[in-house]
Amino acid sequence: MLKVEDLCYEYESGFQLKNINLEVKGGESIGIIGENGSGKTTLVKNLIGLLRLNSGRILLDGKDTSTMSVAEIARSIGFVFQNPDNQIFASSVKEEVSFGPQNLKIDNIEEKVTNVLKTTDLFKYKDSHPFNLSGGEKQRLALASILVMNPKILILDEPTSGLDLKNARKLIEIVKKLQKEGRTLIVISHDMELISDLCDRVVLMKSGEIIADGAIKKIFDDHDLLEKTRLDLPEIAKLSKILGFGVVFSPEELYRKWRASHD
Amino acid sequence: MIRFKDVSFRYSKDQNYVLQDISFNVKKGEFLGMSGPSGSGKSTLCLMMNGIIPKTIQGDFSGDVYIDGENIAEKEIYEISEKLGLILQNPESQLFSMTVEEELAFGPENLGIKREEIEDRISWALRLVSMERFREAFPHQLSGGEKQKIAIASLLTMKPEILVLDEPTSNLDPKSRIEIFKIVQKLNRKGMTVVVVEHETNFISTADNILILNEGRIVRYGTPKKIFREADFLKKIGVRVPEIVEFSHCLLKDGYTDDIFLSVTEALEGLNVKSRRSLL
Repeated sequence: MLKVEDLCYEYESGFQLKNINLEVKGGESIGIIGENGSGKTTLVKNLIGLLRLNSGRILLDGKDTSTMSVAEIARSIGFVFQNPDNQIFASSVKEEVSFGPQNLKIDNIEEKVTNVLKTTDLFKYKDSHPFNLSGGEKQRLALASILVMNPKILILDEPTSGLDLKNARKLIEIVKKLQKEGRTLIVISHDMELISDLCDRVVLMKSGEIIADGAIKKIFDDHDLLEKTRLDLPEIAKLSKILGFGVVFSPEELYRKWRASHD
Repeated sequence: MIRFKDVSFRYSKDQNYVLQDISFNVKKGEFLGMSGPSGSGKSTLCLMMNGIIPKTIQGDFSGDVYIDGENIAEKEIYEISEKLGLILQNPESQLFSMTVEEELAFGPENLGIKREEIEDRISWALRLVSMERFREAFPHQLSGGEKQKIAIASLLTMKPEILVLDEPTSNLDPKSRIEIFKIVQKLNRKGMTVVVVEHETNFISTADNILILNEGRIVRYGTPKKIFREADFLKKIGVRVPEIVEFSHCLLKDGYTDDIFLSVTEALEGLNVKSRRSLL
């Protein structure tokens, strides 16, 4: 579905993405992790055409994206920014979500907007001004205005950061529904419990390079890798490792393992 | 050191209260953690501690706020800021100078403090946040975590007795978060009174007391062990519970422990005791 070959990109400041190779299959969910400044967002901006690579190529369903406009890429790859305020500009929720499809002259806009607002639990606010929404609702609005374009690949940048428990859970629930529908998912996050909950595969970045690509537990079991990056194990994973149960990201899973060995 | 007495606030008389009947005390040298779901009034409460509400952001305010025994209604904001420093979520909004050194000098210069003393304070503050080598750096070239450390240092040069941090790490990566909280703990150990607002409650599990806000009211107050014992209540109102606490609740429910663990170390100690008991 998405293939990145030997991608290199350099900012004027000198920061580089170096020889990125990555293949994402249809229906797959991958997490991109790494410390701040490791190149996660720069990589994603290259994927959606906001930044244009210096060398290498990106293939979307076999087609080189260097020949495609940002709008064309956006039909296939939807990117939800970390700060929803950057993405919101219309004067009503409905208008906000209608903007993209209107620009791309998509059919049945009304019906699609209604469906997406229902999926994201925002239908009741359809006539409200977006700035009257709470942080969690704004985050869902940003997701809705991307979903309405029906992209095959959805990229989420720190989707739950800054959200309280209720809003974070609601968002995760929606994302899981999208996964079940077969949507391909790329999630950038520092939250390892979230990543382990949503993604089967993790790409670890450091200083503009991919330094590991594989199952999340395998990566967190690798001492050398952890030493090399600024990644820190969540408390529950630390406890689980000391207790000899390997890397576990959920308290309930650790308890099940502890109990099984204890009884 | 901080005392709220029957404080209520709403932006105007025809709106709902953002905070209602707020009364609590923070002792000198105490570490108070504060949490609550979005919109529960946490940030509003922080802005009341340095008088920005109601002095700059006005509204329908009642009750009294005392800092170090003095009612801040009778003080100017700059006078309060000598006692109490407030750090916000986004350090960008707090940094504006060309160099780190200028940034740190700004507050004490405005207080008319002598240059030598200012130099000493800058060195001392940078040492406390382990940022000595960035003295000549341009603040906007620093990483998010470094910026937040400079924002903290720029308050420290005012030599405040109280530091209030409103979700100071929510935009930072996990390592930077831990570094910021280590600095906060160090300042608290040196005797500074500290108030930290956090929705990631694992960062306030080492506090002396935790205050939980919901819909503008204080709904729980007590030691972390007491607060986290009510994990179901916290989750119901939308407050995250540390993973280690969740794990202790699993153990508690099935009778493997009667304690709430707040750290990996506590959990290990607790589990060893239990397994030794079961060996007997």
